[in-house]
Amino acid sequence: MANKKIAILSGKGGTGKTLVSVNLAAAEGNSYYVDCDVEEPNGHLFFKPKIIKKKDIFVKIPNIDNSLCSGCRECVEFCKFNALAYGRQVIVFEEVCHSCGGCMLVCPTKAISEKDKKIGVIEEGVSDEVKTISGIMNTGEVSGVPIIKELLNIIKDVEGLVFIDCPPGSACVVMESVKDADYCILVAEPTVFGAHNLAMVHRLVSLFGKKCGVVLNKCETGFNPSEDFCIKNNIEILARVPFDNDLGSLNSEGKIAVRENYKNKDLFYSLLSTVKEAVK
Amino acid sequence: MKQLLIISGKGGTGKTTIAGAFIKLLQAKAYADCDVDAPNLHLISNHTVTEERKDYFGLPKAHIDINLCIECGLCEESCRFDAIHHGQRYYIDSYACEGCGVCKYVCPTGAISLREQRAGELMLYRNNAVFSTAQLEMGNGTSGMLVSEVKKQMKESAADDVGVAIIDGSPGIGCPVIASLSGVDLALIVAEPSISGINDMQRIIETARQFGTKLAVCVNKYDTNLKNTQTIEEFCKDSEIIFVGKIPYDKKAVTAINDGKSIVDIDCPAGIAVKKVFDNTIKIIGKL
Repeated sequence: MANKKIAILSGKGGTGKTLVSVNLAAAEGNSYYVDCDVEEPNGHLFFKPKIIKKKDIFVKIPNIDNSLCSGCRECVEFCKFNALAYGRQVIVFEEVCHSCGGCMLVCPTKAISEKDKKIGVIEEGVSDEVKTISGIMNTGEVSGVPIIKELLNIIKDVEGLVFIDCPPGSACVVMESVKDADYCILVAEPTVFGAHNLAMVHRLVSLFGKKCGVVLNKCETGFNPSEDFCIKNNIEILARVPFDNDLGSLNSEGKIAVRENYKNKDLFYSLLSTVKEAVK
Repeated sequence: MKQLLIISGKGGTGKTTIAGAFIKLLQAKAYADCDVDAPNLHLISNHTVTEERKDYFGLPKAHIDINLCIECGLCEESCRFDAIHHGQRYYIDSYACEGCGVCKYVCPTGAISLREQRAGELMLYRNNAVFSTAQLEMGNGTSGMLVSEVKKQMKESAADDVGVAIIDGSPGIGCPVIASLSGVDLALIVAEPSISGINDMQRIIETARQFGTKLAVCVNKYDTNLKNTQTIEEFCKDSEIIFVGKIPYDKKAVTAINDGKSIVDIDCPAGIAVKKVFDNTIKIIGKL
């Protein structure tokens, strides 16, 4: 096995996915950190990597040659995404095009070809020993899936531990990120919102038959609905990160706790060894 | 009816908590949760009526009739979404299928059809107010379409005298957010004073501006980083975006939410602060 992929996810945003992923990768040292939250990538704000490689990501969109177009509207009728319309000529709504290539196939006069449209960029960099790979979608774009697919393609054959910082939710983008993972860490905060979304994302990883465990973040005294969910459903609790002003302010400054003089940093090292044991 | 959308770019900044408070303060007659991927507003909205449920179908997805399939492989070759695979026979990965219909078009034997598939569920609570929400089924990609359905359901069911409707948006800047932004009168951005929060706020502002949406910003948990809060205020000033106030971090907020309450139901500093943000926001939307 060339590598072990650990996906860090949470149904809800803002629970601490990036905090956990960044600290685990930094604690491991020689490893990969992959930011699949391409709509709002934040990992690079912590690692501040030296960028060594940039790759633009393109999708195909139709290019209409009006001199060949007979005005038959076959393409408009075919497009399930309403990305084409016909006024005096064919109009393309680039934002809603899914790049299926159907319009080009159905055009009887071969008036449609394809051109590239840039939707984002992938930046590879290094931060100390950690190799960082971040996908960044351009604002105004509808879907980052092609960027996520390329990110996962890049890490397919790398060596060592790979930490995948997933997008929030349980939609298709999350499934893409989780598909190849060897282990999933679910991060949850201690509210009913947190527990509700933890249940959702737990169903998702179960659907894929993935091994998983939970990190309870921002723990305080008092009832923790997410902890309750884990106990009732017999899900392993990997770590409890306390609510802590020191950690909160390090995090809000974009600093990595295990690289700073943070009193509880052992917590991340012990989480790391638990997770390494699980993927052995 | 005017529509106020609450968004943040980054998740977990307090969108739903603030939306819940606004609904209470306004005694809103119409509201919606557009975070169809991970809806939460229903957890604090205390509805006593049973919701009306309606299946949501996204785009029909491809289905192969193996009795007609001659294993030519044209469909697999033509699929841009890597949704057709060959096990014992050819089959469709319905999670990957986007329903474009290309496989059906290229199939020489007519073995492929597009079939309706349930992709989620719309819920509508209706008593003295209407509350429209939905849950997308796991792994579905048509969340933007469902967001539009949630908003449509709210508009169609709301009374004529609604005034202002409150919409809890979805996280991120992609398809569901763009669908959330469409047609709203004002978007209130809930920012968090962290380096990540600032970055995400800037990206959502950039996105919203491309669609010409009018914007206001507030900061939640402002006292967790005063320097970053100041950066956000200055950014708003420089970008000519109205800053409507800041809300402190408040442990009582967590307790309120876990009791299924809104922060304005209890006496707490966050509740008092959110009231000011509310007054400022309503003033702006009233002038539009």
